[in-house]
Amino acid sequence: MALEFTGVTKTFTLPDGKDLTAVRDINFTVGQGEFVSVVGPSGCGKSTILSMTAGLYQPTSGAVRVSGEVVTKPNPHVGFMLQKDLLLPWRTIIKNVEFGLESRGVPKAERRERALFELDRCHLKGFEDHYPYQLSGGMRQRAALARTLAIDPAIILLDEPFSALDAQTKLLIQNSFAETIQEAGITTLLITHDLSEAVIMSDRVLVLSERPGTVMREIPIDLPDRAHPLKRRQMPEIHQHASEIFTLLRLDQRAA
Amino acid sequence: MSQASTQKLVAVAILALLLLIWQFLPPALGVPKYIVPTVSDMLTELGRMYRRENLIANVASTAIFTVLGFAIGSALGAAIGYLLGLSAFWERVLSPYILALQIAPKVAFAPLFIMWFGYNSTPKLLVTVLIVFFPVLVNVLAAMKTVDRDMVNLARAYSLNRWEIFKKVEFPSTLPNLMAGLRIASTLAVIGVTVGELVGGNTGLGFLISYGGGQANAAMVFNAIVLLTIIGIVLYSVLVWAEERLLHYIPKKDH
Repeated sequence: MALEFTGVTKTFTLPDGKDLTAVRDINFTVGQGEFVSVVGPSGCGKSTILSMTAGLYQPTSGAVRVSGEVVTKPNPHVGFMLQKDLLLPWRTIIKNVEFGLESRGVPKAERRERALFELDRCHLKGFEDHYPYQLSGGMRQRAALARTLAIDPAIILLDEPFSALDAQTKLLIQNSFAETIQEAGITTLLITHDLSEAVIMSDRVLVLSERPGTVMREIPIDLPDRAHPLKRRQMPEIHQHASEIFTLLRLDQRAA
Repeated sequence: MSQASTQKLVAVAILALLLLIWQFLPPALGVPKYIVPTVSDMLTELGRMYRRENLIANVASTAIFTVLGFAIGSALGAAIGYLLGLSAFWERVLSPYILALQIAPKVAFAPLFIMWFGYNSTPKLLVTVLIVFFPVLVNVLAAMKTVDRDMVNLARAYSLNRWEIFKKVEFPSTLPNLMAGLRIASTLAVIGVTVGELVGGNTGLGFLISYGGGQANAAMVFNAIVLLTIIGIVLYSVLVWAEERLLHYIPKKDH
């Protein structure tokens, strides 16, 4: 298994001394090369799952395993991406892509070679020497994906990477990410609040409950063309799955 | 004609107009030249200061101590700002003292420094260092506290150690604020040196101001003020020039 959560609970102590349980008894696995999305109401601990996978902090109880090994510290085999591209504005695009490799003893020439390869794969050839401010929002997210892939991670965590993009750019970038991820054959965990995004991009969707978050349901998406979300968007099954999740999250009742 | 050259032309015209008014208005109103000297009086006095008052040495002394005080004060301010920025504990413990010292009028320390170190260059250097120190420290500290946590987490996830995180993420993130602090500090440095020289110096433009004032030589005072301003402008311009090169990656806003 590429990623495995077994009985994971995370409790934070707030500044006023009270305890807050963000997630409770989370169990799920993500297989090699699988694309899994996590959806749930806001504040259900989606980002807590991501931070524990990245090893930024540890579960209060239970275990998180990446490639079978328990995560106890920032994990070099996990790449993550947020809504913000987190490109360093003072570095050129290629130097940004190389950033993740610099502390890993990769020689300079190889760093450059890998960065160029990833930039090409993310359709950013020719933009190596641009600075982030010279790129559009969508291109910057692609540059962030190139940086994430450059470290050759066992798994990538995407935390709402498309939510800051305008509607049309979002469709194109979803498609381009899906293609690149398929081509790289990389295991992916996508955290999102966009239900249809979860359905069109994933092999499987995990639906979390309200806080303390726990996995309510796993919904397999047995549809072709995972690498082409634009094609999948046309399929009638997509709407069925999305409305199933919609019902699970009781969004209609919460709107009342 | 392009807009830029029109702007330049207007600026030069305004300067010429000001100098003309300065030259001809006070005599026309019957203001004596020991109250407001004309431009030509000042130029004559400048020549006399060059021949009799060791003008070059005095300008050099003020300029050198401005730069020296600015360099030492901002280096100390930046160093302590970064150290406090790295330790939330010490920042909290020391912040009331920093605030108190920041509010205390630094130039008021000048007589004290003269009592301690005598009538030499040390007091004016100390006043300058002290006055430059705080804006740099405060700017750096504020910037360290607002470094994007997600950026730091990303660096941690990429296995950067504490020093590398500082060098590659935190320090470059704070550079715009550091440069802003240095710009403020450069203008204060001139004030620090001037006060030091006014209170207890025997060299420098501040000394010429108090000397000229004692002799009711308004032209000498005006000249010294103009030269102090020029020193300040040069230092400030160097910093703006450096800032534009260092921060080239920040897109310029159109006015």
